[in-house]
Amino acid sequence: MRWWLPLEGSTFAGEVDGLFLAILIITGIAFVVVELGLVWFVIRYRARPDRKAYYTHGNTRAEVIWTAIPAVTMVALGLVSNHYWVQIKGRHSVPPDAYPIAIHAKQFEWQVTYPGPDGKLGTADDFTIRNQLHVPAGRPVEVHLSSEDVIHSFFVPVFRVKQDAVPGMDIRAWFVATVPGTYELGCAELCGLGHYRMRAQVFVHTPADYDAWLTQAAQEASQ
Amino acid sequence: MTSVAAAAHVAPAHHAERSFVRRYIFSTDHKIIGIQFLFTSLFFLLVGGLLAMQMRWQLGFPGKPMPGGGILPDTMAPGGVILPEYYIQLVTMHGTFMVFFAIMPLLVGVYANFLIPLKIGTHDMAFPRINMWSYWTFLAAGVVMLASLFVPDGAARAGWTMYVPLSARHDLSGASLGQELWSVSIILVGLSSILGSLNYITTVINNRAPGMTWFRLPLSVWALFITAILGLLALPVLSGAAIMLLFDQILGTHFFDPAAGGQALLWQHLFWFFGHPEVYILILPAMGMVSDIIANGSRKPIFGYHSMVFAIIAIAFLGWIVWGHHMFMSGMNPTLGSSFMVSTLVIAVPSAVKTFNWLGTMWRGNLRFTVPMLNAVAFVAMFVIGGLSGIYMAATPVDMFIHDTYFIVAHIHYVLFGGSLFALFAAITFWFPKMFGRMMSERWGKVHFWLTFVFYNLTFFPMHILGMAGHMRRIYDPTQYDFLKPYQPLNEFISVSAFLLFAAQAIFVVNFCWSLFKGQKAPQNPWQDNGLEWSLPSPAPHGNWATTPTVYRGPYEYSSPLVAEDYLPQYRKLPTDREPAAAPVAGH
Amino acid sequence: MRTLLGLSGVLGVTAIVAGFGGGAPALQGGATITGKIKFTGKAPANPVIDMSEEPKCKAKYSSPPREETVVVNPNGTLANVFVYVKAGLPASYKAPAPAGPVTLDQDGCRYHPHVLGIMVGQTLEIKNSDGILHNIKAKGAKNRPFNISQPTTMTSTRTFTAPEVMVPLECNVHGWMHAWLGVLPHPFFAVSGGDGSFAIKGLPPGTYTIEAWHEKYGTQTATVTVTGSETKTVDFSYAAK
Repeated sequence: MRWWLPLEGSTFAGEVDGLFLAILIITGIAFVVVELGLVWFVIRYRARPDRKAYYTHGNTRAEVIWTAIPAVTMVALGLVSNHYWVQIKGRHSVPPDAYPIAIHAKQFEWQVTYPGPDGKLGTADDFTIRNQLHVPAGRPVEVHLSSEDVIHSFFVPVFRVKQDAVPGMDIRAWFVATVPGTYELGCAELCGLGHYRMRAQVFVHTPADYDAWLTQAAQEASQ
Repeated sequence: MTSVAAAAHVAPAHHAERSFVRRYIFSTDHKIIGIQFLFTSLFFLLVGGLLAMQMRWQLGFPGKPMPGGGILPDTMAPGGVILPEYYIQLVTMHGTFMVFFAIMPLLVGVYANFLIPLKIGTHDMAFPRINMWSYWTFLAAGVVMLASLFVPDGAARAGWTMYVPLSARHDLSGASLGQELWSVSIILVGLSSILGSLNYITTVINNRAPGMTWFRLPLSVWALFITAILGLLALPVLSGAAIMLLFDQILGTHFFDPAAGGQALLWQHLFWFFGHPEVYILILPAMGMVSDIIANGSRKPIFGYHSMVFAIIAIAFLGWIVWGHHMFMSGMNPTLGSSFMVSTLVIAVPSAVKTFNWLGTMWRGNLRFTVPMLNAVAFVAMFVIGGLSGIYMAATPVDMFIHDTYFIVAHIHYVLFGGSLFALFAAITFWFPKMFGRMMSERWGKVHFWLTFVFYNLTFFPMHILGMAGHMRRIYDPTQYDFLKPYQPLNEFISVSAFLLFAAQAIFVVNFCWSLFKGQKAPQNPWQDNGLEWSLPSPAPHGNWATTPTVYRGPYEYSSPLVAEDYLPQYRKLPTDREPAAAPVAGH
Repeated sequence: MRTLLGLSGVLGVTAIVAGFGGGAPALQGGATITGKIKFTGKAPANPVIDMSEEPKCKAKYSSPPREETVVVNPNGTLANVFVYVKAGLPASYKAPAPAGPVTLDQDGCRYHPHVLGIMVGQTLEIKNSDGILHNIKAKGAKNRPFNISQPTTMTSTRTFTAPEVMVPLECNVHGWMHAWLGVLPHPFFAVSGGDGSFAIKGLPPGTYTIEAWHEKYGTQTATVTVTGSETKTVDFSYAAK
């Protein structure tokens, strides 16, 4: 059982994990300061019959300090986070030559449509496979998400990518897979009784293997 | 009689005898209404807990027959094995009961009702009959919600957040009447909340005793007052959305059905525009009461009282502009993701300020670890964890990974259980003597506290780890996923801890019930507290004071150099005190 | 007094027994309508079903199974055609639902049978022989829709209250699983099998409209008159599209 985040399987997984670690450090420091302080006070200032508490209503300078430090930290965190957010999810974030794959979410399966040998979606050589996402490593993939019925959510943990698929909307998400292997995709928005089984396998191929798979799959589909 | 003695013996009111039904059932007395909310909400807390136990059984031991599951019908658990559609009903109804029928009414319905008139020095709420209606609509809402568990096709099952179109279309969810009853119940609970808010706001503004200026109000009253404003403005949005949902479900409208021109995201915006202020409704009263209890337990004034007030106001104000952080992955415009991230990170600051002020209150205090103080200090410790975990989800790139995973579930439960529920254990124990004239058992309160504290952390802390692994929410059987199979032992561990946590609550229940009848008779001011309520006998009589009390100072004058005792109540007049001006607002 | 009581008791029991005999008498007939569903033209290829996502089901097949939309038999006939009496029974005709159930089995992630008939009020026994999650969604228009899950080997039961041709059944976990259920107020229906033939037995004398229904090729009707215990033959013919 792994105690940390999953394998970093995409180009922005490293950035997401780095941000996670930065927040862990910041919140970890806050956690230690507050909790240790609390424990210290609980021990040090327990009631004793001969003691009286120190009568004070506060300290303005302390207020300013412990308002300013969290405020500055949060603003800095926001700026850094926003940089990555715009890069990953911004309206113009999809790389220009991304390989398009359409994923139509339906209770309770993922219908994955590949653009076929011509590389364009919406043409006659497209083919659809249930619950298998095949992508080439090292190449940007742009997923065209749609939903047949209710809100589902496209979630591949190793890519760190998550995007809701909303009926009535055409939503795009992109990623660049980096590590060849077999992974899993899960639905991350409650979509009914089969939500827990709305699973797909994700195959990250080396570019050469991908071309081979594409040819074979296109052939099988046309039978 | 010296004025000190006179102040110490402010005479309680007496009324003509009324029937049992008028006194205890259809009562307009704010204290009785508060107690009605208390008994009803504690019952729903138990219901929510039982639903959670079934969920944890399935998660810890997927597909195995549940002990006692034989009493459930085959539509829920044939042979005691929970069905997937029943599991998501459990998930939905656990959240619904806990938020709307346990925590919110326990914090607001009980303590706004019970404490506000007592702590500001008036005889009852501004509108006692409307107040009574706020309880009965609440009860009606609760009965409807409970009934929805027993109807054909079962209860609502789209999560307590009730996202559309799953919740609006019966052909997609498999539910029917149960979903509709959820909508009806929520409309009623919204009404109850609005009626209550009207009272709390009006009473605090208009009916404060002479000398009770705004900045002499205890933080519990400030928090309940601000919460009431949040409720008044937020609950109508929920009720409106629930009405639209009900219309989609039964009248054939299509507000939320994209297949017929509606918008799925509209529900999310409406729900979370309510939902985010709602979570501050669920924490601010707890913070306020914890402030009172920590000052009392530390025998020290609250550190930074004015900062505390401004922090409450800041949290409430900012709470209106962060709702989109529940929707970062929803498909809404990513630019909104940026703006909501900023406002969400900023709202961490006033909460941090409050935390440091609680620490400052305890610093160099003379700490008495009574049961209320133990629970209040645990509140601070656990709320910090819950608040810090929120920062991860505020950072949108990280939220991409942890949204809709158990990291969120951990966060919710650290703030709602570690926060609000521990505060409630503190508050129930603290004000029990003023409610019922008896003390709860201190020894069993401590046993309950320690067992709860340990098992609670064992249950919920590991959920952060599950979330980091990518473990999704609301899934019936995690072992369907290869990447989650290694975490099944952790799920089992959490379930066992949860069972022990639930079992430990029996101690609280027995302590509470037994103490109602057999608890040690309470003195007038068992905690040596400064609040106005402690100038009355225990229990406080109907009508509270015969003559309006007078307030001479702020609420936290503990260890004051002016007197030998380590507390100095707001109502006690010292030779150096002047009479205040007339009541802040005429027509008292 | 006692005589009166005894008499009313006897009368009462008789009335109850008579009542249990069923309202109007269930007409026992002896006629049979039989026939074949012919298929002309080239049989379309049924797409292969890829069951890779469900290894337990995939393992039950030596070669990948195909969808069952158009099942043409080796003798040039069409299977899975639902044939039934659409009109012609007297208005007062009532047949009680048989006590025994109709079984629909989910095995190898497919419904067995693919097309079936049931009487109003008769029990449909839905079996999950696969031991993995199936859900059965019945999308009736006249019958209340339902959607129930079976996460493991188990049997659920349902009954239907209104005649309906046909109630679509599907599994949402395995999107290729479809079945069709015809609900009728009488027992006069059949499904064409591996030799393309059907037989509807026990018909009382009369003139009947017989309808044949196929999920892709639609419906065709024919009119037949039968008397006594005769057997009449009615064939249907569908053409490839």
